[in-house]
Amino acid sequence: MLKRILYWVNDRLPVIEAWERHLSKYYAAKNFNFLYYFGALSLVVLVNQLLTGVWLTMSYNPSSEGAFASVEYIMRDVEFGWLIRYMHSTGASMFFVVIYLHMFKAILYGSYKLPRELIWIFGMAIYLALMAEAFMGYLLPWGQMSYWGAQVIISLFGSIPVIGPDLQQWIRGDYLISGITLNRFFALHVVALPIVLLGLVVLHILALHEVGSNNPDGIEIKKHKDENGIPIDGVAFHPYYTVKDIVGVVVFLFVFCGIIFFFPEMGGYFLEHANFEQANSLKTPEHIAPSWYFGAFYSILRAITFDIGPIDSKLGGVIAFAGAIAILFVLPWLDRSPVKSWRYKGFISRTAIILFAIVFVTLIWLGTKPTTDTYTIMSQVCTFLYFSFFIFMPIYSSREKTYPVPKRVTS
Amino acid sequence: MKKLSLIFIILLSFNVKLVLAQEEAYPLEAANVNIEDKASLQRGLRNFIYSCFGCHSMKFQRYERVANDLGIPEDLMMQYMIFNPGIKFGDLMTNSMDEKDAKQWFGATPPDLNLITRAKGVDWVYTYLKTFYEDELRPYGVNNKVYPDVGMPHVLIGLQGVQVDTCGPNDDPELVDPLTGEKLCGLKVDSSRKGSMTPEQYDQFVYDIVNFLHYSAEPFKQEREYIGVYVLLFLLLFFVFAYLLKREYWKDVD
Repeated sequence: MLKRILYWVNDRLPVIEAWERHLSKYYAAKNFNFLYYFGALSLVVLVNQLLTGVWLTMSYNPSSEGAFASVEYIMRDVEFGWLIRYMHSTGASMFFVVIYLHMFKAILYGSYKLPRELIWIFGMAIYLALMAEAFMGYLLPWGQMSYWGAQVIISLFGSIPVIGPDLQQWIRGDYLISGITLNRFFALHVVALPIVLLGLVVLHILALHEVGSNNPDGIEIKKHKDENGIPIDGVAFHPYYTVKDIVGVVVFLFVFCGIIFFFPEMGGYFLEHANFEQANSLKTPEHIAPSWYFGAFYSILRAITFDIGPIDSKLGGVIAFAGAIAILFVLPWLDRSPVKSWRYKGFISRTAIILFAIVFVTLIWLGTKPTTDTYTIMSQVCTFLYFSFFIFMPIYSSREKTYPVPKRVTS
Repeated sequence: MKKLSLIFIILLSFNVKLVLAQEEAYPLEAANVNIEDKASLQRGLRNFIYSCFGCHSMKFQRYERVANDLGIPEDLMMQYMIFNPGIKFGDLMTNSMDEKDAKQWFGATPPDLNLITRAKGVDWVYTYLKTFYEDELRPYGVNNKVYPDVGMPHVLIGLQGVQVDTCGPNDDPELVDPLTGEKLCGLKVDSSRKGSMTPEQYDQFVYDIVNFLHYSAEPFKQEREYIGVYVLLFLLLFFVFAYLLKREYWKDVD
């Protein structure tokens, strides 16, 4: 009976072909390590955010008078509302954790290189959309940090010459952040951006399945096929990687639930203390820091404390901020190394990648701290190193001596 | 190597001062709250209603929830904790102070205290309530150590007595007597203007309030941690089977 329904559907919609193409006959290298869990995990977190988001929307009130109270209403009066809310707030931070590790894997193993440039571009677009999504979502609880964090970020647009001040007002829809801003951010957060995100995720995966997954050795497994045309070093995604990913998901959920049930504030990083006070446009908090996941770019913004010719430090900071994100998009064309994986790259590339990771984490940490002389200098050094990693990459990646790449994947 | 020397040049050119600026904050006293101590929470509710509630609302919380969580029967709650006959058991704990009046009286509207311990920390609130001291320059004659120049008067002065700061402007408040280990100067209750409570009784009184505030900020905390244990245990069990399944499938690979 079930089979007949399946065939009936399949005659009208190629579901069997899609299943085979993307799962049961999609071959991935058998030597994936633990960094390869984070793609699947970001999908898990995305679903978590969508589902908990829908349920939060049922009781949330997007108005400047009612937003803050409605969040507390959800936490106290809605059955398991606190759980739904913590799942969503923890999910937002964990989304960035898994995405950063997912991107780090791509950088380590050269997954952005030919022929996977488009996958990287789509991935970066997802990251950009995710940042917008997180930023707008953060305004919704209407706490002090929601309000003033948004104030700081939106004011960045004000430093753009000529159109800046008008642009700022256009984004806010008001002379200052108000209920109008809250309402439009709500619309964008729950309708527009999730649609964009989902579309981009589909494109990301379709592009991936067209060329096939990379692996820690950066070898094209399709070069060595058996008599049936199946890559010798590949295993079918389903069941091999589905059962393996379940293990990864369970481990992830253990950490995720540990945070939700025991440390939902994560020491003020996942839920900031100041955000338990309702937004007040007349009272500026002592120390305004955006959420930790924007920390790296926020540090780069703050690192530009000097004027460069006609560009004042504020505009300079915004240019550096935007440049730091934009330069990631062209990474596939900056890396001129003949090999993909860092396993076979030369000493300079390997050192640069490790240093880059350290610099990025340091920048995130600095972004959550108030500015002091020492921290400013640290962020300036880190900003310099951040950009150096990319700007000098065409030189160091093409000139260094690489190691021979094996023909078959290593286990 | 080139990069390293570059870093060095940059560091030198900026004339690094490796001194981390530390904000001078008053040391906070640990409150060691315990939301399982129901007697303390009940006393805290009473203290809150009688001493704080006139000015500070608790507008996200319902009387009914508090009574149920703290084990107070409905009739007792209605009789001793709710004075306005118009208020129902399931109502939110709002108060009737007018915001505009409040602003005129204190310079700022007294904040709602429902989430105060999550915003400021339990230790902060505990220390705050214990560090009011006499200061003639302030409109209500008192100032506060953790929240300097706060607009709030020392509501509990009748209980605590008048505290004075015996430290002069040049004294180090951290210095202790090498023999007794007691601080040389600091906040002390003036012996001629004692309150109705001993310092120990006052500490307990404040502790109960802070404990209650801590409960109010996250009334579902106990439930959260209780469920959390089972969720994590389930995941542990699930992990075993997930791992065995994976191992079974991957047997035939390599």
